Amino acid sequence: MLDYETLQAIWWVLIGLLLIGFAVTNGMDMAVSVLLFPLCGGNRAERSAVISTIVPHWDGNQVWLITAGGAIFAAWPEVYAASFSGLYWAMLLVLFAIWLRPLAFDYRNHGESERWYRNWDLALTVGSFVPMLIFGVAFGNLLQGLPFWADDNMRWHYEGYFLSALLPLLNPFALLCGLVSVLMLLTQGSLWIQLRTVDAIACRARKFTLICGLATVVLFLIAGIIAYGLPGWQLDAPAPYGSYNVITDKTVSVIEHGLFANYVRLPVVIIVPVLATLFMLLSVWHSFKGRPGKGIIFSSLGIAFTIITAGAALFPFVMPSSVDPASSLTVWDATSSQFTLNVMLYTVIILLPIALAYTVYAYMRMWGKVSAADSIEH
Amino acid sequence: MISEAMVELSRWQFAVTSMYHFIFVPLTLGLSWMVFIMELIYVRTGNVLYKDMTRFWGKLFGINFAIGVATGITMEFEFGTNWSNYSHYVGDIFGAPLAIEGLLAFFLESTFIGLFFTGWNRFSKKGHLTVTFLTALGSNLSAMWILIANGWMQYPEFAQFSPEKMRMEMVDFFGLVTSPVAQVKFAHTVCSGYITAACFIIGISAFFMLKKRHLLLAKRSMTVAIAFCLCGMGGSALTGDLSALQVTEHQPAKLAAMEAEFETQEPPAAWNLLALPSQDNLDNYISIRIPALLGLIATHSLDTPVKGLRDIVAENEVRVSNGAAALNALNKMRAGEATDEDKAVFAEHQDDLGYGLLLTTYARDISNPTAGEIKTAAHESIPPVFISFVSFRAMMTMVGLIGILTLAAAFFLWYKRDLVERDKFLKVLICIIPLPFIACEFGWILAEVGRQPWAIQDILPTVLATSSLTAVDVGLSLLCFIGIYSLFLFIELTLMYKAVQKGPEISSADAHGGVYA
Repeated sequence: MLDYETLQAIWWVLIGLLLIGFAVTNGMDMAVSVLLFPLCGGNRAERSAVISTIVPHWDGNQVWLITAGGAIFAAWPEVYAASFSGLYWAMLLVLFAIWLRPLAFDYRNHGESERWYRNWDLALTVGSFVPMLIFGVAFGNLLQGLPFWADDNMRWHYEGYFLSALLPLLNPFALLCGLVSVLMLLTQGSLWIQLRTVDAIACRARKFTLICGLATVVLFLIAGIIAYGLPGWQLDAPAPYGSYNVITDKTVSVIEHGLFANYVRLPVVIIVPVLATLFMLLSVWHSFKGRPGKGIIFSSLGIAFTIITAGAALFPFVMPSSVDPASSLTVWDATSSQFTLNVMLYTVIILLPIALAYTVYAYMRMWGKVSAADSIEH
Repeated sequence: MISEAMVELSRWQFAVTSMYHFIFVPLTLGLSWMVFIMELIYVRTGNVLYKDMTRFWGKLFGINFAIGVATGITMEFEFGTNWSNYSHYVGDIFGAPLAIEGLLAFFLESTFIGLFFTGWNRFSKKGHLTVTFLTALGSNLSAMWILIANGWMQYPEFAQFSPEKMRMEMVDFFGLVTSPVAQVKFAHTVCSGYITAACFIIGISAFFMLKKRHLLLAKRSMTVAIAFCLCGMGGSALTGDLSALQVTEHQPAKLAAMEAEFETQEPPAAWNLLALPSQDNLDNYISIRIPALLGLIATHSLDTPVKGLRDIVAENEVRVSNGAAALNALNKMRAGEATDEDKAVFAEHQDDLGYGLLLTTYARDISNPTAGEIKTAAHESIPPVFISFVSFRAMMTMVGLIGILTLAAAFFLWYKRDLVERDKFLKVLICIIPLPFIACEFGWILAEVGRQPWAIQDILPTVLATSSLTAVDVGLSLLCFIGIYSLFLFIELTLMYKAVQKGPEISSADAHGGVYA
């Protein structure tokens, strides 16, 4: 069995990978859904063509979200418990929105009228936009800390209820992060459309790549400048040996302008946000030069490094608390037992490559350009 | 701080959302295999009738599958959103099967279902058949992993309490996965799914026969479905019987409640066909009994006693007071005030810790509980008898009706060969569609209500498993769930009805015997 610290560090990486997988794949098809009306407007055949490129894959892509959720439950049960209950209404909003997607993908084909199609395509747009925004907003709030704490029985509590808990999440910095998330995924989605459609649709998608890609870079940098001024958390000492309250007995201090302390302490990490920016710009460049294939690879890397930027800033914290710093969850105390982390690591090592293999196979089998003329509504 | 209303609303919300989800799950479990069988026949014989059958039932499968996926995500979210103390307390062991369900089953099912619907022209016949097979395998595997999780809630071995983390931690992964309770639950659940899907096809085929439409397709579909249904019934009966044995062994209170068995009788115990139980008095007002039957059902023997609820309550009184001792020792340990004696008390009684937690709801001062409070907690440590008793009988009644209708359909279709002309019987046969759904729901009510007052049997009381939300939060979200889900169900049923009315698309009239209108 690997030692506990190594396992905990590996799981930080694995959960990160699953979240990146979710953003790159499911985020992409969500963005494609959001682009339906901006790209095709009232042209139903065009919308169907665009949708047909993601119909075979959206469900498999969504499993990245389900699996990331399951992995957090198994490997970081405290994070799962504290975040899902604390962000109750935000999570429910995501849920209500996500419901619309499976229904829309299937049910849009069962009607006859133009209105039926339009309504379900609208549902698809809404159902995709809300999670894209809220997951970004959630990251923005994580970076600022959330008002939660653990009591003596290790029960998680959160400040406020209903709107008094939900509305503070919509603060300017978090909304900015939400916007970065939306624009970054729209870049990815528009590149996919360029890759898989022809003529007019692809042409219009290219404009979106350009605008959204550049806007992502600008807002990402602005968010970085603002984040530089935000307070950060510092783990001074873990809970003393033999403590019965492993989480709340640790010593944590809040440092003014400390969010980027990791980047100051270990300057080489600055390469992460630099790469995120560079990859995003390269993606736009390749798209501009008519090479959406390379573009989507760089935009996927851009997304990955944007997420790593946030994760690296917080490390070793996963979920800092703004009201009781000692209750903050870190990579070292939010996890499952050594045994569980070990078992689950082997499971992932065996199962994830298999899943990846047939996912790639499925994408390859369904490859090919579609046009509005040959779109089929099954 | 944790209001009783919030706990009640959380329970209602979970009941509503999980029962709603389970309207669609069994149909997916069974239809995926039935569609595979039809496609298999098509690939083997080349008869396009079976291809049309595959596509027609596959279309209904798709309508059902979409809403099943949507409502399934709810379930995963809800453990965190509404049952966060549960997630904290058992996430170390309960999360594992859920994560594996995603990695192993959902990836498989979801990747290939996309190819199933869109890949007809991209795959060879055998290639597409493989895709269908993998979809069905994936959906059934997902049932396996979620039932390993649920099996552990009923039979929570393979884990150990950690005082430092104040939670249960996994110690035996292999045991968890191969838990006999989980495996029997899995088999019982998929069998009931097969019955559900088979009855769905029987009912709709009967509808076609009644309307004299797509007769050949309806006959062939019904033939496959009746065979499938009978196999499912056999499997279901076998696993149901095994399940009862396991409940007797691991959850005696659930068994006693579902049979309204208050007094431990001289073996072999008589079986209550009907009874009006009184939870307060721990007795039946009236009951109609069949001698010796309960002994046979619950123990497969004539000389083993079946424990009654009064004895269980008496035993639990001891467990509650031991549990209180364990909990107090634990609290001292966590406060850093424990003596060696306290640690010894905890070590001795930690298996009853759950009963100590149960007592916290009823004791004014947990460090000094009164005899009356311990009595109350013990009295509340058994499940609601009336609901358990009625659910079991409702489930069995549905199963009986399904059996009779299926056998009659088989008799007229295969032996008399005049099913198509029997309009009156066909009208009755259409009514077979809802029966397995009702049976499944009552089966789950029995499984879950019968485990109360525990979220995890003997370990974590349901009242302590919720999140720290307010009644306003959960009340509003429950309203949202009910409203939106009702709308979805309406849309789903409308689409199903329309798709059935429209009927299958016919690729070659000859293959359909030239008879269709």
